[in-house]
Parts: sequence; C-alpha cells; structure tokens
Amino acid sequence: MRLITHNMLQCHVKGCNANNFPLELQEVVLEQEEAELNEDFLRNMLGKIEYEALVATCLKLDINDLPAAMPADAAYNDEFLQILHRVILETHIKSGKMVCPNCQHIYAIRDGIPNMLLAEHEV
Amino acid sequence: MSRPEHQAPPEIVYGGDEAAKYTGNSRIAAIQAEMAARAVELLNLPEGYPGYILDVGCGSGLSGEVLEEEGHVWVGFDIAPAMLEVALEQEATGDLFLQDAGQGMAFRPGTFDGCISISVLQWLCNADKTSHHPKARLTRFFSTLYSSLRRGARAIFQFYPENDDQVQLIMGCAVRCGFEGGLVVDYPNSKKAKKFYLCLFAGQEVNGVKQQLPAALGEDEEGEPNETGVQYTSKKRNDSRIRSNKRKPSKDKNWVLKKKEQLRAKGDKTASDSKFTARKRRPKF
Ligand SMILES: C[S@@+](CC[C@H](N)C(=O)[O-])C[C@H]1O[C@@H](n2cnc3c(N)ncnc32)[C@H](O)[C@@H]1O
Ligand SMILES: [Zn+2]
Repeated sequence: MRLITHNMLQCHVKGCNANNFPLELQEVVLEQEEAELNEDFLRNMLGKIEYEALVATCLKLDINDLPAAMPADAAYNDEFLQILHRVILETHIKSGKMVCPNCQHIYAIRDGIPNMLLAEHEV
Repeated sequence: MSRPEHQAPPEIVYGGDEAAKYTGNSRIAAIQAEMAARAVELLNLPEGYPGYILDVGCGSGLSGEVLEEEGHVWVGFDIAPAMLEVALEQEATGDLFLQDAGQGMAFRPGTFDGCISISVLQWLCNADKTSHHPKARLTRFFSTLYSSLRRGARAIFQFYPENDDQVQLIMGCAVRCGFEGGLVVDYPNSKKAKKFYLCLFAGQEVNGVKQQLPAALGEDEEGEPNETGVQYTSKKRNDSRIRSNKRKPSKDKNWVLKKKEQLRAKGDKTASDSKFTARKRRPKF
C-alpha cells in the first residue's frame, strides 16, 4: 500500500467515529518502487490529502523530505510535486500494522495488503 | 448451471487453485476486461483526467489493469485472499485490501473520483452466515461508499442479478443511502452480450449540470452484436499496440526469474521470487 492510500484511511469499527484518523503505523517495513510521475494526478489529489497528518506520519517513519506546510503554489511547484510523488506514490508499506488512535483496533498489513476485516461485534 | 454465489462463500469459490484458474482463463480475462472498459467509460470522467478510483471486489486485478491502462490510479479490495495473492503475482499496480464489502469501507469522505465493480454485486445479496442480512450489508456498503466518493462521482457496477427482486433490493438500498441513477442494460436483446450496469451518482455535479442515465448499447439491435465484438467509444480499447508498447525493463522479470533459476540449480543462494522481483528500487530515504 502506498502512503497516499494510507492518508485516505480511517477506522471503520462500529461506533468509532471520532479521532479515528490517521491510523498509526507501527513496526512497518517500507519499500521504494519507482513510478511514473503524473503531475495531473498529484494536482487532483492536493485537495484530498490531509497534509498535516501526512507529514506527521512521514516523520514517524523517518521520512523528512516534505515541507511542514504545503506550499501555496503547490499545484505548479515542480520541486514540491516531485518530493510529494516520491513520498506518496513511490513509498510502499510492505508489512506492519495500523492502529486506530481511538479504539486501538489493529489492522495488520501483510505482503503490502492491509486486513480490514472486522469481527462480527465490530460491524 | 447453478450460480457461483449459491455454491459457497466467495472466499471459498475463489479460493485456492480457482483464483489462478479464473485469472489464467483467457476467455474470462477478455470478458472481464471488456466489461471493465465499459464501466470506466460509464464513469464519464473528463477526457485525460487521471482519477483515483476504487475497484470493489477487484479479485486478481483484471479490472484494475483496465483502470491502469486508462491512466487512473486505483485501489481495490476483495474478500478472497487467494484472488489477492494472484493479484500480487500479477504485479497489480493498485493498492490492495482484504475486505468484505458488506462490512463497509474505511475511506475518508470524498476520497475517490469514481468506483467500478465487475461481477461482484450479486454476491452481496447472499447470506453466507447466520449473522448476514443482505439488506443490512448492502446498506452499510452503499452508505460508506457514498461518503467515500467525491460529490458528483459515479459508481458503476456490472453484475448478474438473479431476478427482478434482487435488482429492486439493491437499487432500494442504494437510493436510501443517497445515490441517484439507475440500471443500464447493454444489448438487451442478445443472449450472450446482454449486460447489466448499475450506474449510481453520488449526488449531482457541483457545476450544476444534472447527471443523466447513460444510454445503453445495442438497444435497437436484434439478437447478437456483430462478430467484431462489442464496440466502445473509448479510443484506447482494443489497441494491442498500446498494450505491447508499455515500457519494458531491459532485464525483465522473466529474464531475472530464469537467471535465478540457473543460480539455484548451481546451488547459489538467491532471494525468493515475489511481486518485487526485478522491480526497480531506490534506497530508502
Ligand atoms: C467474478 S469475480 C470478479 C473479480 C474482478 N472484479 C474481475 O473482474 O475479474 C468476483 C469477485 O468478487 C469478490 N467478492 C465476492 N463477495 C465479496 C465481498 N463481500 N466483498 C469483497 N469482495 C467480494 C470475490 O472474492 C471475487 O474475487
Ligand atoms: Zn477505531
């Protein structure tokens, strides 16, 4: 799973509706995989990304490349878009877990695939 | 022939060898790709717009491949681990999740520019466990899907309804969750080519143009469509040159796999083969 997609996830356990984002990454193994740069796609995503959460998540993973705040000219700032691309589209979480900051539910990640299945009482 | 969803739960029907057989069957692959292409067309995204698209019941990634070819970034989930395993082997480019549609989704509001789902929805009308209530599961699915879509985005489901009651059940749940839209039936007079597409709109577009139900294909045709196959307006379709022109690394995966095989035969240690074999990598930051 790429970091862009982690940024879109929130806990979906029944009744867990507040403070359920971002899921905290623990014991993760990362891998970099090259991908073609697509500026139009990045521009499309700028408004959807929770930037503060992204930066905080990255810092915990020792990824320090992103500026603390999104530049005002982000959509046409080539340097920024390249860094963003590398961080959110080329960084894959191969294994580890995601923990809900609210209800502590653990979503395990294996072979890059998070397990989002819930137990019956959590639906 | 009995319907697969009546035989066993999906993770069993698409478990073990079946997942690989399904994906390796070129006839199935072609049909799924064709329906996926039609679904992408029905999403009605602006020309050249690279979207962030959800594939519900993505299986081994046959439909995702079409999304990729159309320039979209995709995220898919499936309930069958064996199908996801095949997706990994096939180096699917989307982000994959192990997830049950009937339990709803965990995406933030407004995440996706569209959703497609190919040959999956009929599964949700089943009760595979005593705790399963189709109506409740459909409702949870549609309500979380609705919120995960950006306003005006579409969700297109190709599916195999068992009967009219099932269509009514599904549409009723979708509408109660806020969706508009309806059913598009392509080639309604053909036995083979007749296909059902549920087209849902997550609200109206911000720019105020009211969304219309897309026109079906082949409505006036009698019987089967001509032999050249079902025609789509999307230009990239069926252009095998585009497919084969895809950038290929000089030492591609097959080359690496063969090399590793040779090394193993000589008794050398070599990393086990995986999705990441022969992929370009860069050092961690
Ligand atoms: C006919 S296959 C289609 C796979 C893929 N969309 C394609 O076109 O090749 C149906 C898929 O639906 C999945 N499925 C069935 N019920 C599901 C559920 N409740 N949640 C997620 N996936 C489900 C099955 O595991 C299977 O992979
Ligand atoms: Zn939670």
